[in-house]
Amino acid sequence: MPTLREVRSRISGVQKTRKITRAMKMVAASKLRRAQSRIIAARPYARKMKELLGDLAQMAEIQTADLIAPREVKNLALVVVTSDRGFCGPFNATLIRAAQGHIAAQPAGVNVRLICIGKKGVDYFGKRGYSLTGRHVGVYGNLAFSFVQSLAGEIIARYLRGEFDRVDIIYNEFKSISTQRILIEQFLPVPPLPASPVVPKKPVDFIYEPDRLGILLSILPRHLNFQIWRILLESSTAEEGARMAAMENATENAREMIATLQLQYNKARQTAITKELLEVVSGAEALRSPG
Amino acid sequence: MYERSFSLEIIAPNRVVFQGDATSVTAPGTLGGFQVLFNHAPLLSSLDAGPLKVKNTQGADTVYATGGGYLEVRDNNVVVLVESAERPEEIDIERARAARARAEERLKSHDPSFDAVRAELALARALNRLRLAGRH
Repeated sequence: MPTLREVRSRISGVQKTRKITRAMKMVAASKLRRAQSRIIAARPYARKMKELLGDLAQMAEIQTADLIAPREVKNLALVVVTSDRGFCGPFNATLIRAAQGHIAAQPAGVNVRLICIGKKGVDYFGKRGYSLTGRHVGVYGNLAFSFVQSLAGEIIARYLRGEFDRVDIIYNEFKSISTQRILIEQFLPVPPLPASPVVPKKPVDFIYEPDRLGILLSILPRHLNFQIWRILLESSTAEEGARMAAMENATENAREMIATLQLQYNKARQTAITKELLEVVSGAEALRSPG
Repeated sequence: MYERSFSLEIIAPNRVVFQGDATSVTAPGTLGGFQVLFNHAPLLSSLDAGPLKVKNTQGADTVYATGGGYLEVRDNNVVVLVESAERPEEIDIERARAARARAEERLKSHDPSFDAVRAELALARALNRLRLAGRH
């Protein structure tokens, strides 16, 4: 049986932990809101981009474009999107496990290299002898489109040089606050583009500057930039959601623990009082009896 | 002065930069700068990094530093899709300077692991930002 004082100090310890987890939950909630608003802000651009790409998908010439034509895969690059910070439940652990599964599932003879975004992935795979060919830490704090441009540009350049024959991205998609879904998407070669839902507007004779193919091919790299942008927004939103859920659970657990400890404390206190009473009574009894 | 206006949207990945009516847009097209006025023919042009000038219905000019993209004209609806668009006062000069230095370094180094095309594009973006920010 722990002493009264021990129980009391444990209660105050758990109370302090609860205060911290609750504060972290609040912070995650506000960051989540900000992240969600960034996703919404990206929608008009996404819509327009899709429209232009839909146009591209209808041209036969694009099937042979460098960024689209499939190659025999000897070198695969896997972009692993994790978070920089912890305290977000199983967010990183499940993603890392899925990434390992994806690596293991590659046919023999395929050389897999990793490009890690986020400290957790860099730390995990860096320590375990995986071949890391890109490390990007601390990008979420102030996510800028220029980072996306340089990252996508680098991957595209290395793909065109033949360093990779295929590039996949694995990341957490934000489904709801408490659920994330792990997605693996092919980044390069660009997977078949969805044809635009045929807009039966009156056909317009566009002037294209430079020419149609030139414009549409120049869209591909921008499309890829935007894919990474979208994925990073998605992952950081999912991360804050996961953190919020994890901290909510921790706060709830702390509450339960405090209730249990409080009960224990009251019992111990009552036992002590009873014991003292007994002593007083039996002492008084002893004084009175020698009559 | 009476000028007829068209609807204009400037869209970047992180926000809608401009939405409203304008009487003129001057854009840095890949094949050279051009201007769009009321009743312009349908057009789809790619844009380089450069200044995008918008004249609103009150006749006031606003300039944006854009990072390259597309401009579409269709029935007096103009959509500008760019990867970045900032007004001169929003430009982060320190950052643009750093980007310029980095790009110049890479162009000078002739290191095959950096590709020159990308460095030149980055340099064009940085110079455009600095030029506009200086004018402000």
